[in-house]
Amino acid sequence: MSVEVRLPTVLRSHAGGNSIVIALGSTVGEVLEDLSRNYPDMKGRLLGEDGSLHRFVNVYVNDDDVRYLNQLDTRVADGDTISILPAVAGGES
Amino acid sequence: MVCAVFSGGLRCGYPGLVLYLPADVHQEILAHCIAGLPDEACGLIAGHPGTGLVERCYTTRNIAASARVYTVDPREHLAADRDAEACGWEIIGVFHSHTHTAPYPSATDVSQAPDPSWHYLLISLANPDPALRSYSISGSEVVEEPVAVCSGYNSNLTRQE
Repeated sequence: MSVEVRLPTVLRSHAGGNSIVIALGSTVGEVLEDLSRNYPDMKGRLLGEDGSLHRFVNVYVNDDDVRYLNQLDTRVADGDTISILPAVAGGES
Repeated sequence: MVCAVFSGGLRCGYPGLVLYLPADVHQEILAHCIAGLPDEACGLIAGHPGTGLVERCYTTRNIAASARVYTVDPREHLAADRDAEACGWEIIGVFHSHTHTAPYPSATDVSQAPDPSWHYLLISLANPDPALRSYSISGSEVVEEPVAVCSGYNSNLTRQE
């Protein structure tokens, strides 16, 4: 499957300045692995040391946050759009 | 309208950006933070990257529903990102309230700051008169940015006084 991946500003410098790249895979995990192969600097930003989705990024298949689907096992279809955004959080404690 | 400088001051030779906040956006941010009490409130700001010019804010839910921490609703973030892009803008920062402490980024805010090009707006509700400040956060370096509240911009993106 070939999908379009939309990158946040902070990751574009790791992908030659592109805001949209094409990646291959039949699950979100495979798409992120493919991205990491093509753009090795991105891997540590996308996946944690245990191989799960990094807590500081949100990944969406079309309109849906994959944390509420099947995480990295979420299936993707040809023509789907994967969006990556930073997880925005903080607080006074 | 004369721009009011809320913090930092427009210092001669100031090395970073001044954050220009249209007055209606400024009011919307403060109102959202007050409405969110007793919890922290949060949202995103959109505008023109690299200029400090803000066009609008997107108020979002704090899905942490806490008086001490916040997490921007990821679905609302995606919707805001798409809307901003459709308008020719980008998400250029985030705002959140501190309900009982000073408007300065906490260790959590600094360690979780997602993008060194963003503006980080803090609104303290510790006193009856809310205090709004803006910072850039790059790694562990926190630099306060002057905030100028203005009425908007003309078509050349020149600030309207």
